[in-house]
Amino acid sequence: MRELLWLIPILPLAAYVTLGVIGRRLPRWAVAVIGFVPVAASCGIAVAVASPYLSGQTSEPYVQVLWSWLQVGEFQPQIAFYLDPLSVVMTLVVTGVGSLILLYSTEYMDEDEEYSRFFAYMNLFVASMLTLVLGENLLVLFLGWEGVGMCSYLLIGFWYKDPDNGRAAQKAFIVTRVGDAAMLVGLFLLLSELGTLHIPLLMDRATAQWAVGAGLPSAAAALLLGGAVGKSAQLPLQVWLPDAMAGPTPVSALIHAATMVTAGVYLIARMHTLFLLAPIVLLLVAIIGTVTLLISGFSALVQRDIKRVLAYSTISQIGYMFLGLGVAAWSAAILHFMEHAFFKALLFLAAGVVIHALDDEHDLLKMGGLRKRLPFAFWTFLIAGAALAGFPILTSGFYSKDLILYSALVSSHGGFWLWLGGVVGVLLTGGYIFRLIFLAFFGELRREIGRLPRIRMKIPLIVLAVLSIVGGLFQIPRSLGGTPRFSNFLKPALGALPSGSLTIEATSELISSGAAILGIFIAYLWFLRRPKQVSHGALPAVPEMLQRYWFVDWGLDWLYDRVFVRPFVYIAHINRKDIVDRPFRRLEWIMAWTWRGFRITQTGRVSWYAVCVIGGVVVLLSMVVL
Amino acid sequence: MTVIPLNHVLILATILFGLGIVGLLVRRNVIFMLVSIEVMLNAAGLAFVGAGAHWQSADGQVMFLFILTMAAAEVSVGLALVLRLYHQLHTLDADAADLMKA
Repeated sequence: MRELLWLIPILPLAAYVTLGVIGRRLPRWAVAVIGFVPVAASCGIAVAVASPYLSGQTSEPYVQVLWSWLQVGEFQPQIAFYLDPLSVVMTLVVTGVGSLILLYSTEYMDEDEEYSRFFAYMNLFVASMLTLVLGENLLVLFLGWEGVGMCSYLLIGFWYKDPDNGRAAQKAFIVTRVGDAAMLVGLFLLLSELGTLHIPLLMDRATAQWAVGAGLPSAAAALLLGGAVGKSAQLPLQVWLPDAMAGPTPVSALIHAATMVTAGVYLIARMHTLFLLAPIVLLLVAIIGTVTLLISGFSALVQRDIKRVLAYSTISQIGYMFLGLGVAAWSAAILHFMEHAFFKALLFLAAGVVIHALDDEHDLLKMGGLRKRLPFAFWTFLIAGAALAGFPILTSGFYSKDLILYSALVSSHGGFWLWLGGVVGVLLTGGYIFRLIFLAFFGELRREIGRLPRIRMKIPLIVLAVLSIVGGLFQIPRSLGGTPRFSNFLKPALGALPSGSLTIEATSELISSGAAILGIFIAYLWFLRRPKQVSHGALPAVPEMLQRYWFVDWGLDWLYDRVFVRPFVYIAHINRKDIVDRPFRRLEWIMAWTWRGFRITQTGRVSWYAVCVIGGVVVLLSMVVL
Repeated sequence: MTVIPLNHVLILATILFGLGIVGLLVRRNVIFMLVSIEVMLNAAGLAFVGAGAHWQSADGQVMFLFILTMAAAEVSVGLALVLRLYHQLHTLDADAADLMKA
């Protein structure tokens, strides 16, 4: 059964090629079928391939070598797929959430002129993402890594006729490129020091050759972290993600919430042996995660665009995953990745229903009262929002987030301050997501609604809502008498979770539940009890200056514009005559003058040419004779 | 039969060749230029025949036959070009056709 592994990425790739070549000539229903069915089939194959792992028969990695990519001396990377519990989880989430979102898109994008282009790009994305998570070799992983980056660029700029969307796409591409450059240097470093990019071999050699805390593993881990920070939109490279919301909503759900932006989390989890050799970098991961989750939580509190709130929330939740990674609770981070994929995709898809119904309105303050008109979107959004806020016991977000917080407290790499940052983040999360819910769904109706979701948009919402609730059953904490099934499943690939006493675990859970409920309660006090507040969406009791500062995400865009963009443009302006080009210009000038000289000889007259021929013969003959 | 010395033949050929060159350079009428080329070809042929007679070899006459054939071919193409030139420009002045001037 596991021999079918290669089909998983190939099917979406085949759909991409088909749609790319003949998509324009196909009727819409055919495009929808070709766009959705291969990914759904991939999902089915993924379940079949994963069944030995899921049923507990085996946890041994399975490797499928397709062909040898290139051979340069010792360096012989192969196109090979690597299946272990970690890639099982990633593959199932990517294909599962991916096929649900594609099903949703068949209806959501129904009125778009370029239906087939959308599905072609989406399928290419899924194929690249699967290459990323299944690659046995860092080079194959990097191929997928760049592939998803390109698809992200293409899909953010999907409505390219608006120049703003094109700019957002370029910003996303360029900012992630900063991280990717660091990552590429990291790959070169690993290759030159350890002589391979084959991940399991690399981990073996790293442990054998490098001491804990030495310079080389720290440098390599820091460079890989650079790539992860860029792709996963963490501080200081998170500025591209809010702008990336310019793309269609299913794109935001799939690429900029559920899958691609968590590629950095996957990379660090996959390379965790290397990161364990570099405790300083690991601490840096935790700090980056905590700071990012806090500042993005504050930014999300004051946004007016519904998708931007969700974008900052995504950054903040990936911050949690980084916190989990930083305290060496690898499987906690992956659990949160999975739960986040469910509820954040659901939030985006439900937001898509709202945006659709309000005729592409994104402004929260122009919504309101949608609870009665769009009950379906309201209930799914409420479930997902509660899961995001980590509402105790009922929702999946509670279990994964608490696992991270508890690990931060008890891990030898963690600490009280990291935990405290995470708990404040829980408070913020409850606040911003319920501010959104109260502003959009409660209060008085401000606009009439248009389109209502039909069956193809409803099914994914229902499935994701169910997953957002029951997702917690994968890992019930000891304090509630459960077994850590998910982290046991991942143990062969990622090692065990840090463990501590039961009292600490229960206390941590109680405090973070309290924080989540307090956050929701404050949102209720500010935005539901006082209707006046709802009309302008600002927070009471917080200085307006600070709110404006949060609104522009702590002024990072402004700072980067001043520090990087403007000096660069200025230097380019000074050098617009291009010093390097000078010698070549001179060459061109000499050529031009020579040309002018020779031009005179071309008179077009036969007699002149005859004179030249005879003159030439005379000269040649006299040279021979004399 | 008196034998004509080779020198005389070569001097005559040189004179004919020179006349041909001068004619080619001085004349502007295309037909006269063609005639001048013909004179030069015949000068070369004369030199070949004379040399062949001097060394008692048939090669000189063979070469002359080649030159004759080539001259016939050249004139047929040349006259066709002259006809086209006249149709196009209504003149036989070679200098009028300078459309290829750079």
